[in-house]
Amino acid sequence: MNTPLVVFENVAKHFGDFVAVKELNLSINAGEFIAIMGPSGCGKTTTLRMLAGLDQPSNGSIYIDGQRMNDVRPHQRDTPLVWQSLALFPFLNARENVEFGLKMRNQDAATRRTKAIEWLERLGVGEFAERNVETLSGGQRQRVALARSLVTEPQLLLLDEPLSALDAHLVIRMQSVLTQLQRELGITFVYVTHSQSEAFAMADRVVVMSSGEVAQAGAPRDIYREPENRFVAEFVGRNNIISGEVSAVSNDQLKVHAPMGTFNVPIGDSEARAVGDTATFVIAADLVQVTRSETQAENWVECSLISEEFIGSMVTLFLETADGTEFKVQLQERELVTLDHTSAGPFYVSWQSNSAHLLS
Amino acid sequence: MSNSNKNQLAVDWSLRLYVLLLFVFVFAPIVFSVIFSFNSARFPTIPLESFTLKWYETIWADPDVWEAFRNSIIVSVSTASLATVLGFCTAYTDYRYRFRFKPAYLALVLLPPTIPLIIMALAMLAWFSKIGASGQLWSVIIAHSVLTAPFAMAIIRLRLNQIDKDLESAAWNLGASEWRAMREVIFPFCKPAIISALFLTAAVSFDEFAIAWFVSGLNKTVPVLILEIVQGNIDPQVNAIGTIVFLISMTLVIIAQVFFFIRQNRVSN
Repeated sequence: MNTPLVVFENVAKHFGDFVAVKELNLSINAGEFIAIMGPSGCGKTTTLRMLAGLDQPSNGSIYIDGQRMNDVRPHQRDTPLVWQSLALFPFLNARENVEFGLKMRNQDAATRRTKAIEWLERLGVGEFAERNVETLSGGQRQRVALARSLVTEPQLLLLDEPLSALDAHLVIRMQSVLTQLQRELGITFVYVTHSQSEAFAMADRVVVMSSGEVAQAGAPRDIYREPENRFVAEFVGRNNIISGEVSAVSNDQLKVHAPMGTFNVPIGDSEARAVGDTATFVIAADLVQVTRSETQAENWVECSLISEEFIGSMVTLFLETADGTEFKVQLQERELVTLDHTSAGPFYVSWQSNSAHLLS
Repeated sequence: MSNSNKNQLAVDWSLRLYVLLLFVFVFAPIVFSVIFSFNSARFPTIPLESFTLKWYETIWADPDVWEAFRNSIIVSVSTASLATVLGFCTAYTDYRYRFRFKPAYLALVLLPPTIPLIIMALAMLAWFSKIGASGQLWSVIIAHSVLTAPFAMAIIRLRLNQIDKDLESAAWNLGASEWRAMREVIFPFCKPAIISALFLTAAVSFDEFAIAWFVSGLNKTVPVLILEIVQGNIDPQVNAIGTIVFLISMTLVIIAQVFFFIRQNRVSN
């Protein structure tokens, strides 16, 4: 294992009394596409700004390529940032915007021009080189901003919610542009977002932050299927969270007694529990079966239907158990047709024990 | 229906009349002054006598008038440069930094135009003679810069309020030092406002009388000269000078306005 490109070591950032980042320890490897995800105010943007030197850590150290960066001014770093606002210079045309970083590095006009045109063409906006950036569309401006950041061929590219202002169909297109670029260039992308679909679609590794701390870091699939704590389980969404008391412990399984029933939950790599401990587990909404007749399944709950949410090919049913706990079930639209969900009577929700995931 | 239409019409026409009266009220004295500057009669009376360029020839031949215009141009150009630099610095300080007592700082910076001119002029005179600097052209320049810098500051501050806060950080992020970012990003962004401020402060300084009269000593500026001529006797050459001064001031103010509105249009696009 080679040394990581970026290391955060006990990094904290306070703004007066407000703690933006509490204690961050994180290593980022060269060539990794890492997404930092969390709700607004979780410290993700501050983390990125500290990497660019725009905010100084109150505590701890940040290393890039083994060098301690705390006292290095922003302009002495090579950490270009793609801004949420894009921050294109309105008084320069697209090409001059891209040339800016090269001009600051005192490259001559001819070289600057060639490189800028090269990058604009690579990102598919070569024809707009001489256009005023204010006359370009959102997607085109996005590409100019990317070209401006990449033209100096940095090791590390920082992206702060760059797609949040784009239309949904453009977001998908830009996601593939970004992942492809990252693979071709082999450089490290640090991508800050509040959108899990963006993070999951692009990143090799996702860091979920909450209140200035890392709630969980791991591959997108692990975050999605095996959340480590309640915050991650709730943030990822579409998870049913059940808490209860442990009533029996076997080798690899717990029996958890909750208000709406007793369920078998695999222990997995969670810490050991004893009878009487509280335990919380999640079942993803798409791993649940729903039927209109009683089932023979290992774990099941009787529910009534509250509402449904239709989003194209997928449907989410919102159900409620007798004790008032909400239960979400995600189905294919065509499965719904066979369910006869409009007639009166109870619904039965069931799942296999190994679909349940115990939180620590 | 037709009644309300009639009312609407009445409102429209009275508003037009109001605007017309307003312009007459503001411009009639100036128009008369321009007309009499071409009138051969010694006294401003109607009916007019014949057309003449006599009064313009008189002032063209008068070395005092040339001297006064030279002084006024030196003062207004220097004042405009100095006041715009000061105004830019204070506006940038306001944009960039958060500090305690900032409202007090801003109030203090914007104070000079609110002081009665005569008080300021007396204070300037007292102060300059105390430090042995009265009666010089540059004492007028300093006094006028104090008076006009707040206007420059206000114009440039309006522009800076419209900048995307990330723009300067983006320049640093792309390798620009703080000075370089100032030169490459803040200046170009503020350029229309800076030009507007230059012309406006030049116009204010060119027209300013009270401070100049107290502080200038023997180095008369144009407004001071006009007063001296008028004090002596009724002389139509004042109308000629007035016409020229009016043209110069209006040109400066219009240029300032044009750049001010370029800025606004740019933002609304």
